[in-house]
Amino acid sequence: MTIASATHPPGIGQPARPPAPPERSRRGRRTPYLLLLPGLVWLLAFFAVPLVTLAGTSTQTPAPSGETGAFQQTFRLANYLDALTEYAPQFGRSFLYALVATVLALLIGYPLAYAIAFKAGRWRNVLLVLVVAPFFCSFILRTIAWRQILADEGFVVRSLKSLHLIGDTTTLTASAVAVVAGITYNFLPFMTLPLYASLERIDGRLLEAGADLYGSSPTVFRKVTFPLSMPGVVAGTLLTFIPAAGDYVNAALLGNSRTTMIGNVVQSRFFTIVDYPTAAALSFLLMAAIVVLVAVYVRRAGTEELV
Amino acid sequence: MTTLAQPSRTTTAPRPARPRRLRRWLGENALRIYAGLALAYVFLPIAYVTVFSFNVPGRTNLTWRGFTTTNWAHPCDAPDVCAAVGNSLRIGLVSTLIATVLGTLMAFALARHRFRGRATTNVLLFLPMATPEVVLAASLLTLFLNLRLPLGYWTIVAAHVMFCISFVVVTVKARVASLDPRLEQAARDLYAGEFETFRRITLPLVAPGIAGAALLAFSLSFDDFIITNFVSGEVTTFPKFVYVSAQRGIPAQAYVIGAAAFFVSLAVVLGGEALRRRGPGR
Amino acid sequence: MSGGADLRLSSVTKRFGDFVAVDDLDLTIPAGSFFALLGPSGCGKTTTLRMVAGLEEPTQGRIHLGDRDVTTTKPHQREVNTVFQTYALFPHMDVFENVAFGLRRRKVKDVTAKVDEALNLVELGHLARRRPAQLSGGQQQRIALARAVVNRPSVLLLDEPLGALDLKLRRQMQVELKRIQTEVGLTFVHVTHDQEEAMTMADTIAVMNAGRIEQLGSPLDLYESPHTTFVANFLGQSNLLEGSVQGRSGDDVLVHVHGRRLVVPGHRNRSTTAGLLVGVRPEKVGLVPQGRAVPEGQNLLDGGVVVDASFCGVSTQYLVRMPWGQQLSVFTQNLAVGGVLPVGTAVSLAWEPAHTFALAGDAAAGAEVEDALAGVG
Repeated sequence: MTIASATHPPGIGQPARPPAPPERSRRGRRTPYLLLLPGLVWLLAFFAVPLVTLAGTSTQTPAPSGETGAFQQTFRLANYLDALTEYAPQFGRSFLYALVATVLALLIGYPLAYAIAFKAGRWRNVLLVLVVAPFFCSFILRTIAWRQILADEGFVVRSLKSLHLIGDTTTLTASAVAVVAGITYNFLPFMTLPLYASLERIDGRLLEAGADLYGSSPTVFRKVTFPLSMPGVVAGTLLTFIPAAGDYVNAALLGNSRTTMIGNVVQSRFFTIVDYPTAAALSFLLMAAIVVLVAVYVRRAGTEELV
Repeated sequence: MTTLAQPSRTTTAPRPARPRRLRRWLGENALRIYAGLALAYVFLPIAYVTVFSFNVPGRTNLTWRGFTTTNWAHPCDAPDVCAAVGNSLRIGLVSTLIATVLGTLMAFALARHRFRGRATTNVLLFLPMATPEVVLAASLLTLFLNLRLPLGYWTIVAAHVMFCISFVVVTVKARVASLDPRLEQAARDLYAGEFETFRRITLPLVAPGIAGAALLAFSLSFDDFIITNFVSGEVTTFPKFVYVSAQRGIPAQAYVIGAAAFFVSLAVVLGGEALRRRGPGR
Repeated sequence: MSGGADLRLSSVTKRFGDFVAVDDLDLTIPAGSFFALLGPSGCGKTTTLRMVAGLEEPTQGRIHLGDRDVTTTKPHQREVNTVFQTYALFPHMDVFENVAFGLRRRKVKDVTAKVDEALNLVELGHLARRRPAQLSGGQQQRIALARAVVNRPSVLLLDEPLGALDLKLRRQMQVELKRIQTEVGLTFVHVTHDQEEAMTMADTIAVMNAGRIEQLGSPLDLYESPHTTFVANFLGQSNLLEGSVQGRSGDDVLVHVHGRRLVVPGHRNRSTTAGLLVGVRPEKVGLVPQGRAVPEGQNLLDGGVVVDASFCGVSTQYLVRMPWGQQLSVFTQNLAVGGVLPVGTAVSLAWEPAHTFALAGDAAAGAEVEDALAGVG
């Protein structure tokens, strides 16, 4: 046993440090519940309970009396099947548009987020504000503005036609293209901000290490930056895709009768044709589909990277 | 003999040919240029709205008739516009107040206390943010119809508060969690009781988070369309007004409101940012 | 404020679940003294401090401030103030309001006069209207001190307050703190892991390890006469040699160490068994190159070879390998004109028997830390 003189230990750990002591709740155990109560009650009353009511409605059928808006509870689960088969095209379309819009938003938003995170310096916060700023102007107005900008008589389309970039008979409004473009535009901040958040968190020294170890810029991006930004990519795509799938405003303002999305159908089943059970069933089908898609996506993207 | 004597004059090497310099400059600034273009794209509709807010009013606001400032001077000339804006503001203020209070309380509970049912609470808070608006709208309308509640002002407020709470909680909770607990310990060490510590230390330091959450809630409420459209009955909010009048023609004054909302909010946020930068310790 | 109260901890224990942070601690800190709680991370010194402040409650035991039992009293009702390791200055108040905080809560009159006095004590009166974020680390530390001192508490607690300062500033502040303590006459309880700091500033030191006090005494006593190997290794450095008792000679104990005979004064022997550890501080040991005469009556270990010599300006630190494989440290003040002894020199170690001490137990105590450093000896 060699007994040498010990140097002065500069605070290096002894046996395990004590676990962080719990917050001394001197106010008693009831405080958290009291604090939560009002908010929880509100959420239960206006989120949970309505969903339950909606579920109940989804299994109703028209009352024998035949009057509009009168339904009776018959627990008819076939409503779901009917809704699904009848509106399968709209479902497919909703998810297709949402998917395309999400991908486009990712392609547009990622370089933007990257630029703000790495190239903006002091102006970072200002740029972030600018990305979100359009939200301060009513989103309906913005969408209508696009419709005007892309109108046949508008400056943009006329210039594109005179430059022969598009055909003379092409119309950009009232089309699937316009709808997808609108969705992409409206949900761009939802994609950009989470991307920025996770890019900003990347330690610049990791990128320097990549370069120091002979990685060229594209390689460093591919092997270091992008994988590290995955949590942001996952969050951004989810935050964009989910609301986009249920949107109907863009389809209503920028589309035509062949571009209706599920949201439009639900809206019309409530207000135009009074068919609450179908609308309710469609809503739940939409939610279920989203849940399934998200679960599959998240598992493939890797839940460990989610945080 | 020695090759070390002469320092190499790389810094004064002959300048590369013009195209290569241009290419290099482009390469370094490509991202910045892109960001500029992307932001231009983002602002294009805003620019359009602003420009057309100066349009001479007519039945529709689709073609340019001429420049005028009367819309800005008299935004209420189209009467429905101001009524709608008024509704939106009133609903916004009330919803913000309720949502901020409820959300802040919940945020403190989540950030500061341990309790059972934490996971359930988190799920209940997360779900409204993750559910498509059309589903939330449909479920609320179904509830109100079943209960035979009159649709209007209060149903809108109820809906707005519901989806704002989650955002408030997330914002405030982050702020509370980042508060150094030693500050409150120091306050108690210096003879401040529980309530005084909260009043003089915790609350002032959390206040910016609460303010931010309130602003967020207000903008979510003011600009909400889908849910509002379902549960508003006869009451018209500004987004609903614009949507409904999209068919027959949106008055130029509505454009004024949109542009004004944009510039005011932008000023508020950038002003807050400037204040923060010029604040103490910079 | 009362200044004459002793702080007494009686059988204080603190458990966090299964982990015992403080184990049956008995401690009395006399009023007006500068007391240090010294020990490595995790030894329980900060937990003890927080119990005195009221920020933690003991699982068992009682704490008395003078005659008053304050074990369960809330922090804002105790006449105890803390200087936190991270200063914990309120960022939304200026310096003046920070210092005035405690006074205002207690509704004391003449706030302005008292705050000015405290700020002048730490020589930062001109910064009264600045915000904490505008101050340097050293200034923040002094404001934190002023904020606590201004309340003239019975006990002032300092939780490693100098940890975040650079070396030069730390030395300055050590002197400052000592000066302020003597000037104001408060009881200071200083928690630190820096043994040099503790020895410089404190009148009395309690060395803590794993929730218990290993030894309590003045810096001199602790350093020259350690009672346990932990203290011998934690405070400064010690050469510890395994040996066995051979006999006695008057008051002295004769110890057999690797074939050599060493003398240990009887009153400096803490071991009760035949097997013990003989210890001597490196700076007490002289190096005698082979061939030179050895002074009379000294403890002698011959057969060593210099394996390392580090010139440190004031002194030279030698590592000498002994025939039985152990490496011993010798610190020599650089008085000799000849310079540093080269590596490979054959030397003997010699020192006054009066500097020898003997301990029981595990020579590795305090040295498992050394293993983590992986490289000494």
